[in-house]
Amino acid sequence: MSDIIEAVGLTKHYGAIKALDGLDLAVPEGTIFGMLGPNGAGKTTAVSILTTLTIPDSGTASVAGADVFDSPGEVRSRIGLSGQYSAVDEHLTGFENLDMIGRLYHLGKNRSIQRARELLDRFDLTDAADRPVKTYSGGMRRRLDLAGALVAEPPVLFLDEPTTGLDPRSRIELWHIIQDLVAKGSTLLLTTQYLEEADRLADRIMVIDHGQAIAIGTSDELKNMVGGERIEVTVADGAVDTARSLLAPLAIGEIQVDERSRHLIVPVSGGASVLTRALRELDTAGVEIRDVTLRRPTLDDVFMTLTGHAADDPAEGGTE
Amino acid sequence: MNRIRTLFADSAVVAKRNLIKIKRVPEVLVFVLISPIMFVLLFAYVFGGAINVPGGSYREFLIAGIFAQTVIFGATFTGAGLAEDMQKGIINRFRSLPMSRAAVVVGRTASDVVYNVLSLIIMAGTGLIVGWGIRNGLLNALLGFGLLLLFGYAISWVMAYVGLLVPSVEVINNASFIVIFPLTFIANTFVPSESLPGPLRAFAEWNPVSALTQAARELFGNIPPGTPAPEVWSLQNPVFYSLIWVAVFIAIFAPLSVRRYQRMAAKN
Repeated sequence: MSDIIEAVGLTKHYGAIKALDGLDLAVPEGTIFGMLGPNGAGKTTAVSILTTLTIPDSGTASVAGADVFDSPGEVRSRIGLSGQYSAVDEHLTGFENLDMIGRLYHLGKNRSIQRARELLDRFDLTDAADRPVKTYSGGMRRRLDLAGALVAEPPVLFLDEPTTGLDPRSRIELWHIIQDLVAKGSTLLLTTQYLEEADRLADRIMVIDHGQAIAIGTSDELKNMVGGERIEVTVADGAVDTARSLLAPLAIGEIQVDERSRHLIVPVSGGASVLTRALRELDTAGVEIRDVTLRRPTLDDVFMTLTGHAADDPAEGGTE
Repeated sequence: MNRIRTLFADSAVVAKRNLIKIKRVPEVLVFVLISPIMFVLLFAYVFGGAINVPGGSYREFLIAGIFAQTVIFGATFTGAGLAEDMQKGIINRFRSLPMSRAAVVVGRTASDVVYNVLSLIIMAGTGLIVGWGIRNGLLNALLGFGLLLLFGYAISWVMAYVGLLVPSVEVINNASFIVIFPLTFIANTFVPSESLPGPLRAFAEWNPVSALTQAARELFGNIPPGTPAPEVWSLQNPVFYSLIWVAVFIAIFAPLSVRRYQRMAAKN
């Protein structure tokens, strides 16, 4: 599998603030790569460098086969960028915005118009197409901004905090659109400060803090780093002791029992297969189960363990 | 695609976008057009009686000065427009596109000429009402308007550079006042430069705004017969001297602005 985005040793200072401190990055073609970190962690700086907007102090990077520093023009023709703050012109209509972007990608008049119409339709903005963007809601602006990144159907997309500041419904809508995009083969680098978003969208996640990658892996791999998988089961009256003795061989630590609510917490490792075994044992012994879950650590737990602070706790030098 | 053709095509797209904004936010245009009218009326009727122009009428003398001041003020829109685009993140969108690297500034300076064309039309109308006239033929008058617009265009490039340097629209509005007020007032725009004290007079005589005003007065035929010829070379050859400044402003600030646009750090 070839890496369509590659960066080695990116460093960038803004005055005394070290925005990036030797960041390495490799994103295979056709995948979603999530950069997860708090405000000021260096996510936007990394995206700016990879999209040719910012020149780093040191390091190398290439996107879609072109060197970011030697051939920035080629990189620009192969990427789409949708920023943290919606970069659409609020005095233009939705159609005019997309048409303008098409012309500036040099798609030609007819193709630009056609792409603008297609995207407005796909992003459910056809009714608002001829209204100035300043009449749009926040969610509509984000959709238009994202549509702008797709005008030229670039092979690589950069979405810098695409859902920051959106209400939950608009966020979920945008997630569907993003998932749909990658199903069509684009490669996507996504930054976010929402653990849920990275968990839900990204194939691989880099946790970034103070300009450095502090962990990288799939969502499951990151959760396993923290450990702490457990089965939580609630059984019927009088079955607590039986359940405890049946589950003891599966436990990798001490089983916690709450007699009053008949709730048992069993630390395990092995995920769903252990859960299946536990259920089979309990069922065979005739223990009536009221409720059961396999609890895994959330990315919140991961973040807390890796960085020592919560994800929504802004790092020093944050920009918001 | 050929680089020059790309530059023109992309600049046209950017200029069109800026012009749509003029159409959608007509309030801006109203202020652009009202302020020169206000200046004409203020100077003609409030200060006019106190300022003495040897051998001629003050209103006749005044209008060319207000033309010069207006095209220079009009040029500040270039800086404000770019500063606003930067603040709103649109510049970053442009910079991530495979478009010509000069098109955003070239398109902006070009579209801002429209503001000046409109204000000159309104002001010429106001001038004609208060007693100004075109007395040296239509062709010379058109050359006069052309020179004013060209000078405004050159100042647009200066303002483009300033607009890309400053952090916000508010800053550029204040900064341009500090530069433009002395430049347009320590000149022969509103009073004859001969009436100014020593050092100010020297500044006024070599101030390109004075040459522009003098050139416009000559081309519009607003200099009363019998007025003694100016003593300094700059005002004896005002068209040529103005054109030198136009060339100097563009030669210095066009490359600087384009370079600044390319190297600008993306805002986080």
